[in-house]
Amino acid sequence: MGNIERISGPLVIANDMLGSKMYDVVRAGELGLIGEIIQLRKDRAVIQVYEDTTGLKPGEPVKSTNLPLTVELGPGLLGNTYDGIQRPLAEIMEKSGVFIARGIEAQALDRGKKWKFVADDKIKNGSTVKEGEVLGYVQETELIKHYIMVPHGIEGKISGLKDGTYRVDEEIAKIENGGKSHAITMMQRRPVRRSGRFRRKFRSEEPLMTGMRVIDTLFPVAKGGTAAIPGPFGAGKTVSLHSIAKYADTDIVISIGCGERGNEMTEVLTEFPKLKDPKSGKPLMERTILIANTSNMPVAAREASIYTGITLAEYFRDMGYSVALLADSTSRWAEAMREISARLEEMPGEEGYPAYLPKRLAEYYERGGKVESLGGRVGSVTLVGAVSPPGGDLSEPVSQGTLRVVKTFWALDASLASTRHFPSINWLTSYSLYLNDLQEWYVKNHGDEFVDNRNEVMRILQKEAELKDIVQLVGAEALPDSERVLLEVGRIIREDFLRQNAFVDFDAYTSLKKQAFMIKMILYFRRRAEEAVGQGIGVESILKMKVREQLSRMKEVKEDELSKHEERLRSEIDNEFETIAKEYRQEGQAQVEEDENR
Amino acid sequence: MKFEIEYKTIENVAGPLVVVGKVKNAKYGEIVKIKLHNGEERLGQVLDTSDVNAVVQVFGPTDGININDTTVSFLGETFMIGVSEEMLGRVFDGQGRPRDGGGSISYREKRDINGEPINPVARVYPSDFIETGVSSIDGLNTLSRGQKLPIFSASGLPHNQLVAQIVRQANVKNSSEGFAVIFAGIGVTYDDYSYFVNEFKKTGALERSITFINLADDPSIERIITPRLALTAAEYLAYEKGMHVLVIMSDMTNYAESLRELSSAREEVPGRRGYPGYMYTDLASLYERAGIVKGKKGSITQLEIVTMPSDDVTHPIPDLTGYITEGQIFLSRDLTNKGVYPPVQPIGSLSRLMNEGIGAGKTREDHRGVADQLYGFYARALDARNLSAIVGAEALSDTDKMYLKFGDDFENRFLRQGFYDRRTIDETLDLGWELLSQLPREDLTRIKKEYVEKYYRKDAKEGDGRGKEKHHNEKEKEKAR
Repeated sequence: MGNIERISGPLVIANDMLGSKMYDVVRAGELGLIGEIIQLRKDRAVIQVYEDTTGLKPGEPVKSTNLPLTVELGPGLLGNTYDGIQRPLAEIMEKSGVFIARGIEAQALDRGKKWKFVADDKIKNGSTVKEGEVLGYVQETELIKHYIMVPHGIEGKISGLKDGTYRVDEEIAKIENGGKSHAITMMQRRPVRRSGRFRRKFRSEEPLMTGMRVIDTLFPVAKGGTAAIPGPFGAGKTVSLHSIAKYADTDIVISIGCGERGNEMTEVLTEFPKLKDPKSGKPLMERTILIANTSNMPVAAREASIYTGITLAEYFRDMGYSVALLADSTSRWAEAMREISARLEEMPGEEGYPAYLPKRLAEYYERGGKVESLGGRVGSVTLVGAVSPPGGDLSEPVSQGTLRVVKTFWALDASLASTRHFPSINWLTSYSLYLNDLQEWYVKNHGDEFVDNRNEVMRILQKEAELKDIVQLVGAEALPDSERVLLEVGRIIREDFLRQNAFVDFDAYTSLKKQAFMIKMILYFRRRAEEAVGQGIGVESILKMKVREQLSRMKEVKEDELSKHEERLRSEIDNEFETIAKEYRQEGQAQVEEDENR
Repeated sequence: MKFEIEYKTIENVAGPLVVVGKVKNAKYGEIVKIKLHNGEERLGQVLDTSDVNAVVQVFGPTDGININDTTVSFLGETFMIGVSEEMLGRVFDGQGRPRDGGGSISYREKRDINGEPINPVARVYPSDFIETGVSSIDGLNTLSRGQKLPIFSASGLPHNQLVAQIVRQANVKNSSEGFAVIFAGIGVTYDDYSYFVNEFKKTGALERSITFINLADDPSIERIITPRLALTAAEYLAYEKGMHVLVIMSDMTNYAESLRELSSAREEVPGRRGYPGYMYTDLASLYERAGIVKGKKGSITQLEIVTMPSDDVTHPIPDLTGYITEGQIFLSRDLTNKGVYPPVQPIGSLSRLMNEGIGAGKTREDHRGVADQLYGFYARALDARNLSAIVGAEALSDTDKMYLKFGDDFENRFLRQGFYDRRTIDETLDLGWELLSQLPREDLTRIKKEYVEKYYRKDAKEGDGRGKEKHHNEKEKEKAR
């Protein structure tokens, strides 16, 4: 126990702290503000405080808990909203009202609630269990079985394991090893700043389906992969991340609001309980955990929130679940790091960010992946990070440090967003390096045709962009008809396939099957149009075709009517092309007759 | 009586900062009183404290402070302001002292001007549409009660008029509860200040308003507290008295510049363009005080004026603001030069909360679609305009010509609106349909089919609507008289 010597913003220096360890959690001042030791200088400790330090004065006591920053893991996590250091915000509200008072202690897991534990019948009392091994489960929500695992670092002979109704801190079994006996409860703690251990890591061969057409078809991220979504404000980062949180086909979604708007969290909290998981029909909140450290909440806790989130994600991964971790925004995290670093008077690197920023970013993204856990289960953590580059300029350190490690890049484009083309993911600059790994999956589930069509769409978009440059100089009229057809098809792909309205019920989510159907139809139209042009039919009549409206309304087609609709649409396309072909022939004939008469 | 120690141990004075030595236990953030040898008093705040000294930031000038005579006493509390309903109709200076010569005010309670962060779980998502009567806002980027929506403007653009028009015209559908306007003038000129006061007087909003004013020649460090005073008074009225408060903060650029001034005086490592690295967090501590909370009747809506230095939206001030606020109203110099008032450029403007505030029962069922479609067509019109600048209007295809005309009509009839012209949301949407109906029905693919069938006007194709505009102009003149 020591005393405060100096206070400067979120940074507190305390003396008489000999014996405390780096990254131990402390309580500072009479109010007991939560902080973490980030530097030791002889008997002095430099502490970053996770709460507002106003009113603190030199001489006040500082107590070390002698424990690193940890999270509580066990039944009761799902559906909860935590702050950056895993205090449940609903409980804080009960204790201090609508505003967050300081020094409040609140436990992450409800100690009063009882859970029905079902022991795994393969585990016999008296047998030896290893770290990470699953002992049984609690049906935490209708969607999720919460597996209770042997905490890391413990193994030995198990006794007393049986079904029952327990609170999270009640003993459910004992594990003995070399005369030492560990009481096992349903709750365990893990330090947040160290990556969780596992047996081995794999490459992932399955995409994370998000229901967003531009992502699933063109730029997919693998389950266990990493993706960054950088863009200026108003480009739709948050809407895209919310969309993924709603529709991604993972078991668990953890969403970190790191230094973002308060109302965005409120939106999730009001909307998600009403939304159903598209797969199971159960309320989405049952698979979701929110971590909210909004922009007006203390900056040091913002730095911690990212680690809190990833540690929760690893815990569910170890149970064998696929987890999507969405961090909005990693730039605020980096800025929090910068602020602390500046107060420590460290020598700044690029743009004032600490020199260790790229390392921290890489470390974070490396904690994603598909792994076999110590308990032998295969799960994955997919990391999606929003980046908020100042002025939208990607040359800044956070964007660059991120792009060097992530494998999928969704480039948000302000000029698309300003014309309300959402999601404003630019199809020319975005990329996914998972395409090769995932190809087999796409072929297996949606056939060779899908992969071919996808590549065709990319080619059309590339070519369209080139042609548009020419059009800017000479006007569309100057192009040959076949190229004008391509321009029109490019427009249809952009407007009617890539553009997707997250606020309209039928358009917010599109299954890959439907995406395949939409592309197929657009390319079919293209084939017929090219044939028509080849026969000499003028492009003007193609640009006026009524069936184009049908194409743009394909998103309204219900999922279960796809094959019926495909037939109908195909014949409508055929019919209209026949009509214009007939008109063309008649015109031609009339022309010939006229010529003959002359 | 409280025992107050007067320290006569000033060691350093530099810019707005004073270092007081031999102070053992000053609280972080506490307020100090600085007494000059001539008896003049100034306030300051502790920025850094240790067991040897305290660094104090002085609100106000540091001239006259000297090392041997000036005394400093620590008041033990953070910056507080008295709040009461009696403040309505009054004018205060940038430190919260009455400056209108009116009588004294009996305050109900004292509050810390820094407030406390709202628990995100305790927020209520804003979803009450505020009808500002301005088509470019109501139709395309609505304002909701509890929203923070800055106006990105630049020198020479009519942001003051637009705000005055909004204050005069704004009303919330289906509501009769008390409202109040709080104006925080941060480094504004006397002209701008008196413009607002006169406008409030004309519309009768003055009795329902509180003004905190830090003029351009007032101490710049005071600008750090002026908006906080305004927001503290707003929180009292909204959450204790159940009022709907509109807070206008002008100009956030001056605020940010003061922040930079203070940061450089503290010799901090500068971030982009010399602004401190924590500017995002600091701005958020103001902007995030907008909102609605559970169990309280009132709300705080914020309109902030941000003048973009050299019209640059990527400048740190508008940039960081845009990352925190719930959208932005973007004023355009091009439109102003064309004589279009209000020069709200839809491309670049955004309201993040629009979706929850509109639709059947709130505005109208077709609102979303109309807005999306107008955006789509206007973007196409701008493409056509660019093209015609290169190849000439004659060389455009018929389709492009059609869009070109749409673009002109959209700017001249939808965006352009008189200063005294108040359009209801129905009028705005109807006007939207009138314009949309110039274009072929098949092109309206951003709107649900049923609404196209219901609202698309077959007869409107040739209507140029000039008659209507004339009507508006006359109405406007009449009012001006």
